[in-house]
Amino acid sequence: MKNTRRKFLKVAGLAVLGWSMRPASRLMAAHGAQSAEGLFMASKHGAPKHGEGLHAGRWIMLIDTNKLTPAIEQKCINACHTNHNVPDIETKQNIKWIWAEPLHNVFPEQMHENIPGGTERTTLVLCNHCTNPPCVRVCPTKATFQREDGIVMMDFHRCIGCRYCMAACPYGSRSFNFMDPRPHIKDAIPEFPTRTKGVVEKCEFCSERLAEGKLPYCVEVSEGAMMFGDLEDPESEVRKVLASRYSIRRKPELGTEPGVYYLI
Amino acid sequence: MYDKGAVIAGLAVFVVFFSFPFWYNTGSAAYKQPQPELPKNSKQCVESKEWMRAEHMQLLNTWRDDVVREGMHEYTSTANGQVFNKSLVKTCMKCHDSKEKFCDKCHTTMDVNPYCWDCHVAPKEAK
Repeated sequence: MKNTRRKFLKVAGLAVLGWSMRPASRLMAAHGAQSAEGLFMASKHGAPKHGEGLHAGRWIMLIDTNKLTPAIEQKCINACHTNHNVPDIETKQNIKWIWAEPLHNVFPEQMHENIPGGTERTTLVLCNHCTNPPCVRVCPTKATFQREDGIVMMDFHRCIGCRYCMAACPYGSRSFNFMDPRPHIKDAIPEFPTRTKGVVEKCEFCSERLAEGKLPYCVEVSEGAMMFGDLEDPESEVRKVLASRYSIRRKPELGTEPGVYYLI
Repeated sequence: MYDKGAVIAGLAVFVVFFSFPFWYNTGSAAYKQPQPELPKNSKQCVESKEWMRAEHMQLLNTWRDDVVREGMHEYTSTANGQVFNKSLVKTCMKCHDSKEKFCDKCHTTMDVNPYCWDCHVAPKEAK
């Protein structure tokens, strides 16, 4: 068979196309379990390891579904919402950082009628602080960003209220301020800012408390039903509990890698 | 000179408009520099008074970005090396405990409306 220039060019073209596939796919998708590089992954910002306070490689939270009772849940919600100036608006436009939700809404894929306590039993839900947060990827102003310790933060100064992040979040963890929240807050705590009309807000894993060396409000009042710690430290309490008890996360099939684990 | 009447009338209108601020304000009280009330419990701000007067907006912007985005909470004063927590409410307003008697004094005179207090909670005004 005779090699023509035409045939050579065809093969060369195909080869170039083929060789470019691998780098492109590597660029776009995450490769390996932990590596978080690539166009389909959220980029990380900030270097929070300064000064005093608690630091971790990756902050995670454990929620013990068996220890939580409606009373404890309410205590956690109150502690969070009071101290973060979260307004109470009696319409669908309410703001929530942490709230109680029936199990069949939290884990719709794995519910059946005969689970202990029934599917109407509630548990606490909040922002999952995903390893690959879809909200961060879609934010056009980088108002929401991921810290190096895994906390998905909001910079309210930069939020333009486009609500892309709310559309992207698969867990409904974000709330939009349709109105000025101030009239709906009874006694605003001066130490923490309120929000303003037109910004999106959510749980921030109490980053302001971690900086002071304290654990999140909800964990503090949860009577041991919630735990908070460093996933990357093999000696940490949360790692020991994860190793000894069965835990699940919300919508694992999406690949967001939530940082909130539910102990079953 | 062509169109003498129109030209002179036009010049007169121009001069009247151009000098409006001068003749409009003749007789009214002279501008007085606003006197914000200085805190009683502290003598030294994080930087010198003159520097703060000119640069406090930039300082607050830098503090905001450092704290929210970088997680850096400590500010070392270039005036005396003292370390402060970068916080509007927890540091500035602990000494300047009245927004009305401090911030608003100049901001109202200068007619600027910084949006700090849309979110940040000002300390309760002493009655």
